[in-house]
Amino acid sequence: MEIIIYGTVNSVIYALIAVGFTLVYGVSRVPNFAHGSIYVLVGFLTWTFINSIHLHYAVAIVLSLLVASFLGLIIYRFVLIRLRGMATSEIIASFAVSLIILEGLRLQGIAGFKGFIGPFYVLPPFFQGKISILGVFVDYQRLIIIAACFVLVAALWIFTHYTKMGLSLRAIAQDERAAMMLGVHADKTAMLSLSIGSALAGLAAVLILPLGNITAEMGYKVLIYALAVCIIGGLGSWVGAILAAFVIGFAMKISTALFGAVWESVVLVGTIILILLVRPSGLLGKQKELEERV
Amino acid sequence: MKAEVILEVNSISKTFGGVHAVSDVSFALGKGEVLGIIGPNGSGKTTLVNLITGFVQPDSGKVIFKASDITGMPSYKIANLGLTRTFQVMRPYYSLPAFKNLIIPLNSPRVKKTRSGRLGDIDAVAIDILEEIGFERDARVPYKPAGSLPLGYLKRLELARCLALSPEVIICDEIFSGLSMSEIAGLLPLLEKLQMQGVTLVMIEHRLRELFRLADRVIVMNFGQKIADGIPEDVMEDEEVKKAYLGRERKK
Amino acid sequence: MPKTARRKKRLDRSVKVRTEGLYALTSWSEITYLLLPRLVLIMGLLSLPFFLDMYWQRVLCAAGIYGLLALGFDFLAEFVGLVCLGGAFFIGAGGYISGLLNAYLGLSPLVCIPIATVAGAVISTLVLVPALRLRGIYFAIVSFMFPLFAVYIIVALSAFGGTEGISALDNLPNQWVEVYLILAAVLVSLFLLRRLVDEDMGLILRAIKDNDQAVKASGISITTYKIRAVFIAALIGCFGGAYLTHLYGWLGISLFGMDFSILPIAATVMGGMGTLAGGVLGALLLTPLSEALRGFGQLRVVLYCFILLLFIVYKPEGFLSYFQRKYHQFELWEEV
Repeated sequence: MEIIIYGTVNSVIYALIAVGFTLVYGVSRVPNFAHGSIYVLVGFLTWTFINSIHLHYAVAIVLSLLVASFLGLIIYRFVLIRLRGMATSEIIASFAVSLIILEGLRLQGIAGFKGFIGPFYVLPPFFQGKISILGVFVDYQRLIIIAACFVLVAALWIFTHYTKMGLSLRAIAQDERAAMMLGVHADKTAMLSLSIGSALAGLAAVLILPLGNITAEMGYKVLIYALAVCIIGGLGSWVGAILAAFVIGFAMKISTALFGAVWESVVLVGTIILILLVRPSGLLGKQKELEERV
Repeated sequence: MKAEVILEVNSISKTFGGVHAVSDVSFALGKGEVLGIIGPNGSGKTTLVNLITGFVQPDSGKVIFKASDITGMPSYKIANLGLTRTFQVMRPYYSLPAFKNLIIPLNSPRVKKTRSGRLGDIDAVAIDILEEIGFERDARVPYKPAGSLPLGYLKRLELARCLALSPEVIICDEIFSGLSMSEIAGLLPLLEKLQMQGVTLVMIEHRLRELFRLADRVIVMNFGQKIADGIPEDVMEDEEVKKAYLGRERKK
Repeated sequence: MPKTARRKKRLDRSVKVRTEGLYALTSWSEITYLLLPRLVLIMGLLSLPFFLDMYWQRVLCAAGIYGLLALGFDFLAEFVGLVCLGGAFFIGAGGYISGLLNAYLGLSPLVCIPIATVAGAVISTLVLVPALRLRGIYFAIVSFMFPLFAVYIIVALSAFGGTEGISALDNLPNQWVEVYLILAAVLVSLFLLRRLVDEDMGLILRAIKDNDQAVKASGISITTYKIRAVFIAALIGCFGGAYLTHLYGWLGISLFGMDFSILPIAATVMGGMGTLAGGVLGALLLTPLSEALRGFGQLRVVLYCFILLLFIVYKPEGFLSYFQRKYHQFELWEEV
């Protein structure tokens, strides 16, 4: 029972982490390596807003999400826009941006923001307390995460299916040239996708971070999980990403229960290699079909 | 079939997300034959080629080449068996000089095996092949970067890339499209020469007049299905073909 | 807008008969013209250790390692189209194998290094092969993930010395061997790679980058060739790793650190992608810089990234290509 509940929670966490990355890649074909660093940055900003400027928690969250989406905008506008179409440069540039943010933050985290040392950065949970579900204690934060994920997926679905902006995102994702001919501005849309993606990373951060400490290393970890989910699910496929999140969420939970926590990473690597060998394009990836077209 | 069958396609099908790109197509190809495949845009001709040459895996059906089953084989292995193709969209290796483009097929296992021992000077072999296909040996054309060649030369280069493999079957995907009449006139004798040499040709075409000069037999496709198969004159009289294909043109 | 526009006119200098890297040399002066820059670089590099003290010789060695990684990165990215964000994996694989052989079996470094080079390359290639079947960013992602996974796994299992690593490994015989081993490795790899990319195999790899469909239709297995290319890059990288372990007499998880992934990329972009030599020169410039900034800790990585971003956005050709152009061509403004 515990496995089922905590497996679900973990899976939902992975899905939350990956959904922003998938969105950006799906729309603009830019692998946003800065995803993980924005995640950490938002956590750190929220913490700073609360503890240094003494803002209300909710205000702090909204403010740092705004910063995140603005950052996504800036990354696209000032760096990626000049490199469109050069895949190598896009990858390298977003990787560099990611490292700048992360290592810059690490500097803050280690050299001490106002002299603090070590794991001091903790966000409070939204509500304290636990609840017993079928004999397993789950804290409210984890339940909030699950609820938020469902709301988010529903909201994104409505956004991409019923709003003009969302439809243009999907149009660009499916056929860039045709969409451009119909008056969708490719750069604006990509910029939008990057800022939404960054905001999603930030949202994931404020939801998930209360469960633990904020460290710079988390940036890499989050990025890795996002990448793993996307590779397993098929790059750019939403449903695939959510499916993959559940696959690795449960795989890792079960392996932890059976063999202990150290095997988590091994299982993850194993899953990725297995998927790449058996179904190179991921569970629901269309990449393969697309690339075979001449 | 008069001659021995070299390539046989058995009720092959492929769907792309609900669209039946190719459904239940079968035909057999005799050795030395020139087969034309025609049909309106989007009728599944290129997909059919992709299926035969292993670039796309079929959902069902079989491809048999020289009495061995090649369904689902990777495309490079199929090419090594002597079944090769040109591409509709010309994309040469832009950064390389034209003749260096042929180094790639000349390094394939098939060529290394069939031509005994060392190839000698591989560059010279490449230039010989280019000359055969109509590149002037003394001009600078073979040495120019492939990206700067005009379309007519690119099509020849594409054909030369196939010829370098000394294949038994070449599938030409719209090799005439986009060429001027004089360029086509230059290309036709080349194809006729290939036919004389016993190479089996499959030609996907829109340019019917030129195709009918070469083709022994024509297959007509529409909506992924084979709707007619026979000698050109008969096929053009077929009511269904007229309706599907030529009828649309008459309306213009 | 002024009425007379100006444009830059570029004229080739000196060697008269030249097309795309083919030269017809007719005199000593032309030979000198072509050889001089190359000779100056090679001789300069080889004589450099004589002018440096112990400490800076060490820096030069480190620069050599980064140079090797940069070569591997450039080769994969520009000639095969595979962006490898995980140069650290090569360093880690080579370093750990060599160090473990030395620590547990007591083999001499001069035996360990070759074994580790080959074994590490085999392992790295095997790990990366699953990502090779697809185009696009899969290789970048997977290669980025593996060094980090390696760290997690080593820490989690506390294998091979865990977080602490293993110290007191054997060093190389003396400092001159140290310095010249790496310099020789850099120069030999540079020379061989430059040859390789113009050989048939290099042509095939470049063709795969341009248009892999046509390569498949030409009867060539692109996966096989990509595997070979990755193996070559891994050989170079793993040698660097094995050498590094014995240079510092130590192995640990920082062999998989971000430095080894990002600095070579920064060096390559700075020097000019596709020039091969550019990456080596970039490494020779960046490594001393990072030594000088040692006090700033992780800020160094931030700095590389800034340099990287500036070059990739504003000067994507890199400085080597820039100087090459200046060397080979006159430039003058003409009125139009």
